[in-house]
Parts: sequence; C-alpha cells; structure tokens
Amino acid sequence: MANAAKDLQGVQPKQYQASQSTWDEIAESKPFQDLMATKRIFIVPAFIFFVIYYFALPVLVGYAPQFMSTKVIGEVNLAYLFALSQFFVAWIIAGLYVRAANDFDRLAKDILDKAEDAKGGK
Amino acid sequence: MSNIPLIMFLMFIAITLGITYWASRRSSGANAYFAASRQIKGWQNGIAVAGDYMSAASFLGIAGIIAFQGYDGFMFSVGWLVAYLTVLLVIAEPLRNAGKYTMADVLAYRLKPRPVRAMASLSTLTVSTFYMIAQMVGAGALVKLLLGGSVTYNKAVIGVGILMIVYVVFGGMLATTWVQIVKAILLMAGTFLLSILVMAHFHFSFSEFFGAIAHVTYHDAKGAVVVKDFLQPGLRYKPPYGPLDLISLGLALIFGTAGLPHILVRFYTVPDAKTARHSVVWAMVLIGSFYIMTTFLGFGAATIMGPDFIKTHGGTNMSAPLLANALAGSVFFAFISAIAFATILAVVAGLTISATTSFSHDFWTNVLHNGVERKPGEEVMVARISAFVVGGVAIAIAIVLGPTANVAFLVALAFAVAASANLPVIVLSIFWRRFNTMGAVSGLAVGLLASIGLILISPSLMAIDPPTVVGTARHLIQAKAWFPLENPGILSIPLGFLGAILGTLISHEPSSQHKFNELLVRSNTGLGAEKAGAQ
Repeated sequence: MANAAKDLQGVQPKQYQASQSTWDEIAESKPFQDLMATKRIFIVPAFIFFVIYYFALPVLVGYAPQFMSTKVIGEVNLAYLFALSQFFVAWIIAGLYVRAANDFDRLAKDILDKAEDAKGGK
Repeated sequence: MSNIPLIMFLMFIAITLGITYWASRRSSGANAYFAASRQIKGWQNGIAVAGDYMSAASFLGIAGIIAFQGYDGFMFSVGWLVAYLTVLLVIAEPLRNAGKYTMADVLAYRLKPRPVRAMASLSTLTVSTFYMIAQMVGAGALVKLLLGGSVTYNKAVIGVGILMIVYVVFGGMLATTWVQIVKAILLMAGTFLLSILVMAHFHFSFSEFFGAIAHVTYHDAKGAVVVKDFLQPGLRYKPPYGPLDLISLGLALIFGTAGLPHILVRFYTVPDAKTARHSVVWAMVLIGSFYIMTTFLGFGAATIMGPDFIKTHGGTNMSAPLLANALAGSVFFAFISAIAFATILAVVAGLTISATTSFSHDFWTNVLHNGVERKPGEEVMVARISAFVVGGVAIAIAIVLGPTANVAFLVALAFAVAASANLPVIVLSIFWRRFNTMGAVSGLAVGLLASIGLILISPSLMAIDPPTVVGTARHLIQAKAWFPLENPGILSIPLGFLGAILGTLISHEPSSQHKFNELLVRSNTGLGAEKAGAQ
C-alpha cells in the first residue's frame, strides 16, 4: 500500500479508507471468515477455561476451607498450591495464545496484502 | 538512618527529571506526545505496563495483608495477574488495531462520536481521578512515615503532585514510559533481593520457611497470645460475606483491568498489534513473578518480625520496609523506601497522562470541536493545560482529605467502574453487530452509576464508628451498610452489561450495524492501523 510506505518515511499518515462495499466484501470473504473461525476456536475455550479455573479458587477456599487446608507437602496445604498454580496456568495460557496467534497473523497478512494491493492498483 | 532514604528519593527524582528533559527534546507532535510516536519496543512496553500497574498498594499493601492475614492476602494477589489474560485474549490487539489514542476511538468508529466520546471521557476521568486520589493520600502518608517526619504530609502530597505534572507536561508519554520502566526494574530488583534475604534467613530451606509460617505467634485483639497457621485460609475473608466479596473483587479485576484507561493507552505506544501482544506477555511475566514473591515479603514479615512488632513500628503498610531493615539494615531500608516512592510516582504519572489524553482528544477536540484542531498543536496544548488542572485538583483533594482518610475503597471503585462501564461497551462494540450509540451511552452511564451507588451504600462508606474515630477517618454515613460487600463488581458488572444491551434494543441505528464490518475487519487484521513514526 502506497500509504504505508509514506508513513514509514514520517510523512503525514493517511488512514486506510475504503468504501462500505469493500469492507463488506472483506468481512464476508472466505479468508476473513477463516481468520475469525481460527481465532474463535482458541480464544473462546481459553477464556472460559481460565475464568472457571480462577473462580474455582475463591469458591473452593471460601466454601470448602477444611478441604483446602489439607496438607500436601509438609506444612504446605492445597489452598496455597492451588493459588500458586494459578500463576503458572496463566503463563501457560499466555504462551499457548502467542503460539496460536502466529496463525492469526499469517491469515491476517494474506487479507491485508490483498486489500492493499487492490487499493494500490498493483 | 533518617537521611539515607531522603538521599535515595532525591536520586530517583534526579534520574526521572533527566528522563523528562531528554524526552522533551525529542520530536514533538500529537503522536509523540500521546503515544511516544508508537516506537516503544514490545519488551519495553511490557515493563512499562508492569510499572504502570503495580502500585504501592501492591508492593506495600499486599505484603502487609499477608503479614497480618496470611494466606488470604496471597489469594487476594492472584487475580491481579490472571486479569491480564482478558487484556491479552480480548482487548489489547483490537484496541491497538482500531484506535488512535484512547479507548473511545474504538467506540467512535461505528457509533455517533460525540455522545459516546463524552460519556467515555467522563468515565475515564472518573476512574483516573479516584485512583489518583487514593495514590496521593497513600503517598503523603507513606513519605511521612518513610522519611521519619522530616517531610510533612502536605509537602509530600504537593511534591508528588508537582513531579507527576512535570513528567506529563514536559515529557509526555515518552517520559512517562521511561519513568515506569525504571520504576518496574527497581521494584523487581528490590523484591527479588528481599526474597533472597528472607530465604537466606531460613537457610534456603523451604521446609523451614513453611514450618515457620505454620506457627506464627502474636497477640490477638484481647491481648491473649495465639499461635496461628498462616497458610490456613479464612483470616481475612470470613463468612458470611467474605468469600462472596472476594469473588466480587475477582470479577472487578478480571473485567476491570482490561478497562483501565491508563493501561489501555499503553498499547498505543507500540508499532503494531503483534508488539502489543508481546508486551502483554512481558508484563505478565513480571507481574506474576512479583506476586509470587509476595509470598516471601509477606510471610517473611509475619515470621521474622511478627505482626506484633509491625503493629508498633508503623503498621501494616510498613511490613516490607521494616523487613528490609531487619534483614539488611538501614541502607537497604532506604532503598526499599525509595522503591515504594518510585512506585507511586510512576503510577500517578500514568494516570495523569491517560486522564489528560482523554480530556483533550475525546472531549476537547472531538466533542467540543467536531474532531478538528483549530490550530496545529492545539490538542497537545490542551492536554498540557489539563495536566496542570488534574494535578492541582488531585493535590487539593488529597490535602483536604488528610493522611487518615479512609481511601482504600477508591481503588475498588476505580476497578468497578472500569469493569462495569468501560469493559462492557468496548467488548460489545467489537463483538456485537446490533450494538449502537444508545447502548454505549446507557451502558457507560449505568455501569458508572451502579458502581458509585453500590460503593456509597457498602461497608466502605456506611458503618457505625465508635466515638474515638474522628475526622475523615470516620465513615461517611453512620448507619449499617445496606449492601454487604466492599466490592460491587458482582452486581455492577451485570448491570453495566444489561444497561448496554437494553439501551441497544430499545433504539434503532442502521448506520452502526453497517459500519460493524469495517470495525470487525480493522480490529482483527490491523488494516489501516495507526503506524509508528513522529508526526
């Protein structure tokens, strides 16, 4: 896209503009639908999983304190280990997301290139 | 002992003023001022997000809660990290792709810009000001405590206020970013050193450390000696409402962090959405490591000094600095104190720039003047002037409230508003085709009012104090609280969503549905996203 090249040289960036029909066309195109489906397959389950895993902590600790006080390793109890596991689970989900997002980037790039080619008349 | 902390404070101030001077000489213009020319690297922005986010309440507050209430304090800290998954999975990339300087940019794409920006700006200013006042009152009380009375509360508040105004007015987003980076590195280094010292005290034996945690001895309120297992839950969140309050707080964190204006603006400082994503991951590594290390700070203070000692030497918030003093003497105490001070400055600077950006970009330029600058540089100039106003107002309110004011609820309120007003409208505008202007305005209004209203009738503001409690430390309304939870999220978040959904359904706005495809494509592909560069 001609605009992008200019922007990088520090010239007044002009936002990419397109007609309503162009946006509709891209939104309904197969590549875009694929991108959205790929994102949804990862993001929706990941979001639901982490919300449930996180709220399990206050729910279990709040409503089953005796059970959560069970000592597992020496003096360390289930409550502490479960709280600690939250940090690692959050990091793992973040890591998996970054891996999955490489696919999003690849799919998005195809759409971008096509849209900008059409615009630049190349 | 009294002079070393002051010298370290002054050293930090000198470094940050140097950064501000350097930043002020770099390229000017709106992109540079509001978004650091979008040239901050991913790892740098990640560190800055951590520096923007981890307030004195985290550093001193959570260490103190763990030192007095053990496990419940640690459980409390978990949500502050997990919340970043919402930022990562849902908000950061679409925001960077479709916006320019503020969260309202994303809303304005498909909705009527003026009403939506006006409400979003009001909500942003509310969140930022409440949060800032809580920080300023804390800063004043803390500086007084750390410097041993050589600086009064009022002087400390004025000092912190002037510094944050200087960073923002002269250095803009670039200076704010680097102040946050320096602070985050100091905070991580200090916390790490303190953790190592705690473990050294226990001969690097986890079984010895946890053995001590299981037998903390102190005097209870009646003066009797008690031995408690501090790993046992339930010391803070007691039935009947304790667990529910924690769940409510969790909701406010999970949905509110992704709606905090001062965190959101950080994602505009990087070149593209992919870098924004990487910066969230960097932030999560730092923030997570920090909160895990609160185990050593908090339990270390509980076991090595004991709650009795902390209570008579400055109270809960002094747990971490006192621990530093006990383990490594006065120079390390001064270092940890200076970090606490740096922590406050970096957070208030971030709050100031997000408030001024929203006022000048959303309200001044787009609401009052239909999106046109009447002369070049007006937007930046208005932002600079509003930084003076915001800073001045925060200083004045903090002084009027005084050091004993009960302000902890303001942080809960800021998160509640972010979660109940900001987040629902951002999410619905990105994901719901039917969403429209009426929905955004009513969602923001209902979320804002529900949060404020529920806090007003919560135990934070409604309680019956004994006559010994005087002045601003007294609860505002002397009656039994009508709403039993300190955190309104569990009710205000559904109300915010409901307001947004009902507002949408009762009105009809075809143009917002037509433009949905444009926002969908832009936010998911980065087509036409703002590019890096001066300008």
